[in-house]
Amino acid sequence: MTLRADPAPAAATRVPRFGPAQRRIHRATALLMGVCVVTAACLYVPQLAELVGRRDLVVRIHEWAGLALPVPVLAGLASRAFRADLGRLNRFGAHDRLWLRAALRRDKRREARPAGKFNAGQKVYASWVAGATLVMLGTGLLMWFTHLTPIQWRTNATFVHDWLALTLGIVLAGHIGMALGDPEARHGMRTGWVSEDWADREHPLWRR
Amino acid sequence: MDHVDPEHPEERGTPVGRRVFLGTLGLGALGVVAAPTLQRGLEAFLGSAADKDPTGLTGLLPNGGGFRYYSVTSSVPHKNAQTYRLTVDGLVDRPRRYTLADLRALPQTRLVRDVQCVTGWRVPGTPFEGVRLSALLDAAGVRATAGAVRFTCFDGAYSESLTLEQARRPDVLVALRMKDEDLGHDHGGPVRLYVAPMYFYKSAKWLSGITVTEDVRPGYWEDRGYDVDAWVGRSNGRDDDPTS
Repeated sequence: MTLRADPAPAAATRVPRFGPAQRRIHRATALLMGVCVVTAACLYVPQLAELVGRRDLVVRIHEWAGLALPVPVLAGLASRAFRADLGRLNRFGAHDRLWLRAALRRDKRREARPAGKFNAGQKVYASWVAGATLVMLGTGLLMWFTHLTPIQWRTNATFVHDWLALTLGIVLAGHIGMALGDPEARHGMRTGWVSEDWADREHPLWRR
Repeated sequence: MDHVDPEHPEERGTPVGRRVFLGTLGLGALGVVAAPTLQRGLEAFLGSAADKDPTGLTGLLPNGGGFRYYSVTSSVPHKNAQTYRLTVDGLVDRPRRYTLADLRALPQTRLVRDVQCVTGWRVPGTPFEGVRLSALLDAAGVRATAGAVRFTCFDGAYSESLTLEQARRPDVLVALRMKDEDLGHDHGGPVRLYVAPMYFYKSAKWLSGITVTEDVRPGYWEDRGYDVDAWVGRSNGRDDDPTS
């Protein structure tokens, strides 16, 4: 009886969203991605390149941050909670189809956008960023170890690396922009907990 | 079957995430294979778009055209007509220091060629003007034992080198002007090397020293894996059209 008595009112309305594993993986990946983006800008945007110089050092930092970028996710595979989330991100149900169709129609009504723990947009984003990161890593390695690859490969890799970098930058800006627009979602990633109201509103199928 | 399972909507469903992931990887690989075709198309499109672009934003796109600023140091001192000096020394009979006025007083040569960077960008038809390197070497009297020329820069870090034969080519200049204007600091002014037939990293900016040596000593980027003989289209694993 005493164990069930008086649950703190705040605790009653909070629900756990992310465990320490997911939060650490997100933080480490975000940090490495940030280093990649900032160093890339310093190599690529003339005004920044002029300001920073030290090209050789910036290239080294960019290369190592890029190489380390998949490490948090790979290490995270040891966590059951993280693997469960990857499974959720992978599987698309009929509700995800509804969500995507509504998104294409710019239909913002809540009932038109059914979502589980992750909505369909988050699922597409996660899968695409994972693939794009590995493409960046592969093309980056071709540009890094120039003497190991056949002629012409580096030019081609540079082309894909440059254009995909631009695309990734825009998509990342969208990801960060959406996070900025949803404090409760950010709170969930920072502390692991979200309000029950938010969970039922944004992810109605999550806790069924 | 794709029904919303009200009990466990997330435990079923098609693995679309995996397909998006693998599809992105596949498109990336395809992009690497198809890059030359895609690049030609984009260059043609962006080239015409850049002509009509008042914002200059197309210049930031890959292959958007124009020069890019590369410096290997954090800051480069500024030199002007009063402070600039170019030293010619090493295996020569008459070592010499030139001021900017000295260099301007010598016969000038103007070349209009494409500039090709080893990272891919190319700027078509760019005029460079200055003193032929061969003229400075002849004035200094190169000794018989000499085989190469080393270039040093007042940024304190960059260096380059050419064989004596390459250095004597008529399309190798100690450049004072670019695009018919005095060379600005950002483009390596007041004086830079201009090696028309080679990738642009050979054209050392902020040139301050010419030293005649016995053998070629690899320069800054060459210590980091670039080719010493950097002929455009015949080195660094690239097949660009020659520039000179």
